[in-house]
Amino acid sequence: MAKARVLLVDDEEPFVATMQKRMAKRDLAVEGAHSGRDALAALDRGAFDVVILDVKMPGMDGIETLREIKARHPLVEVIMLTGHATVQSAIDGMKLGAFDYLMKPSELEEILAKVNEAVAKKSGHEQKIAEARAKNIVLRRGD
Amino acid sequence: MAVDRQRYYQGIKQTIFFLIILVSFTPLLGMMAVMGYEFHTAYREKTLAYLEQLVEKQAQGIDSFLEEKLADIQVLAAVLSYRELSSDAGLQKVLQTLQEQHTGVFVDLGLVDSDGLQEAYAGSFKLGRANYAQAPWFIQASRQPAFISDVFLGLRGLPHFIVAVRGRSENRTWLLRSTIDFVAFNLLVEKIRMGSTGRAFIINREGEFQTQALDDLSDAVPLILNTMWPGSTKSGSPDVEGSRNLVAMRDGQRPRQAAVVRTFTGSDPARGEKVIYVAALLKGGDWALVYQQNEADAFANLYRARNISILVLLLGGVAILAMAILLSRRMVRRISSGDQEKEMMNEKVIEAGKLASLGELAAGIAHEINNPVAIMVEESGWIGDLLEESEFADSENVREIKRALSQIRTQGKRCKQITHKLLSFARKTDPVEKHLDVNALITEVIELSEQHARFSNVKFNLDLAPGLPAVLASPSEMQQVVLNLINNAIDAIDQKEGGVVGLTTRIEGNEVVVDISDTGSGIPEANLKRVFDPFFTTKPVGKGTGLGLSIVYGIIKKLNGRITVQSAVGVGTTFHLHLPATGGERKVPENGAGTETGL
Repeated sequence: MAKARVLLVDDEEPFVATMQKRMAKRDLAVEGAHSGRDALAALDRGAFDVVILDVKMPGMDGIETLREIKARHPLVEVIMLTGHATVQSAIDGMKLGAFDYLMKPSELEEILAKVNEAVAKKSGHEQKIAEARAKNIVLRRGD
Repeated sequence: MAVDRQRYYQGIKQTIFFLIILVSFTPLLGMMAVMGYEFHTAYREKTLAYLEQLVEKQAQGIDSFLEEKLADIQVLAAVLSYRELSSDAGLQKVLQTLQEQHTGVFVDLGLVDSDGLQEAYAGSFKLGRANYAQAPWFIQASRQPAFISDVFLGLRGLPHFIVAVRGRSENRTWLLRSTIDFVAFNLLVEKIRMGSTGRAFIINREGEFQTQALDDLSDAVPLILNTMWPGSTKSGSPDVEGSRNLVAMRDGQRPRQAAVVRTFTGSDPARGEKVIYVAALLKGGDWALVYQQNEADAFANLYRARNISILVLLLGGVAILAMAILLSRRMVRRISSGDQEKEMMNEKVIEAGKLASLGELAAGIAHEINNPVAIMVEESGWIGDLLEESEFADSENVREIKRALSQIRTQGKRCKQITHKLLSFARKTDPVEKHLDVNALITEVIELSEQHARFSNVKFNLDLAPGLPAVLASPSEMQQVVLNLINNAIDAIDQKEGGVVGLTTRIEGNEVVVDISDTGSGIPEANLKRVFDPFFTTKPVGKGTGLGLSIVYGIIKKLNGRITVQSAVGVGTTFHLHLPATGGERKVPENGAGTETGL
């Protein structure tokens, strides 16, 4: 299986930098972004499997960014990273299509586990889509 | 401060007191004054009018008595011949007839010639041929056709008065005179008696009593004379007026001009009392019938009414005074207790506000700390990752660095726990409220705590009342509450000695009450007040955040419940949770807290 492509979005640059290094060491293709706009630009540029998105950011916040990501790239799975221990912001994110949420600060292992789940879910989706396409082609052929 | 307040309440009390007094007394006194005055005036007028009427009537009665007597004699003088009158025997016959007609009024009869010599006499005094030439009555009577004298002692030395009529026959002028019984006349006046001091008398122009002399009244005589005969002096000539009246009378025109009745007051110097006089002129203005009565006696009813109303006023005043004192005192007590309550409420509000702002502060700090802590933990993790590289041999130092890193990670986790607790303490909303079965929830939490309890040598003692009404609350929050309290209870118990944690549920009115007791060390009095304060903990550093009970407090408050604590050092502590039961709903829905797990 190819390396999972992860986009890490957080306004805390040192956090992004360290996480990037640590995740790269664990066989993930990680890119960093420091704002919602950066993240959307990165997504437009290249394909990603999972976005790890901080909820609280200056400018365009996590929920807003999430809405935008889901509109433009519906297949990309988003894991919310929340500083608030409130169920509410997490539930808001989930309602908007986020895969799951994690509470900051989180263990790297937790994050990796979640990322793997998300990737699995995404590839599952993609497989289904591929199968559907294949069926479509088969059906067409049968015509 | 306390003195100020005291003065403030004193001021209110006085204001209320004076207001009550003012409002109650003003109309009362006003009414008393007006009614008293009106009643006094009306009653006085009525009484005086009655007295005046009485006196007038009596005066008329006496007047007609005198006129009758005079008329009788006039008839005799006109009808009988001189011959008949000039003999004692003849007169005796006439007198007898008169006395039969008028019981004892006419005492005697006499015929006096123009020189004042009595020619004939009939009566009991045996006066014989008395000479009246010098007697004042004779001098006056000889000038008038008819005459009634004042009362005088006369030749007999007894008070009497004379009725004389001038007669003319056979060229000679004579006077037929009769003595009127003084006692009989006196009775007429004396029977006018009212009250204890009311009495009447007749006085003439000269101030001489015409009836039984009343010595104690001699002081009042000048006043009566001045009032009844103003301007007339003692030296005046009363006879002129008298004769005019009597002339008119003889002509058949009875002098019935509106009787002169005067009412006046004087004082009785002997007793210092006010005296009312009601006087009417009679005998053509020669005499006055005077009725006199002490004012206190005449208006006895009025004064009694006045005394009663004054008594009522006094009693009412005392009652009002007492009421005012009582009422003002009670009002002030109410006000002060209200103020105290308000103050306590204020304190509570301030307390709540403090707690809330503290919560917000804590949340802010927690949030801000989260990020740097996360970075620190990640950096240490990165160091750990790098240390895995083969270029770092497994030396003593590397091992030490790894230990340090793991310590950093541990402390990072601790930071995370603290910030999470802070945040959950500060969080305001939890939308998922459900109908909870408190018993089921407790049973479930007990299961979670079983391990912890066994480790601490603690036994659970459950006494759960069946059929509890449901409580509307967030399951996770309620679990947190119960779990926190149970953990605290277990922590309070010494591990070596062990102990019991008791959980009881019961219904108290509209509330479900949960008691969580332990047989632990107890909370000292000084700490008891602060147990719900955030960051207050007695646990060793690193063991407690001091947030557990304040979170519990916050959750229970949010449910409109109450939490109280009782503790005795060395005996144990009991927390009481009072949770409002959902109105009337005794049934617990099937998907109650029993199925909810996880915090």
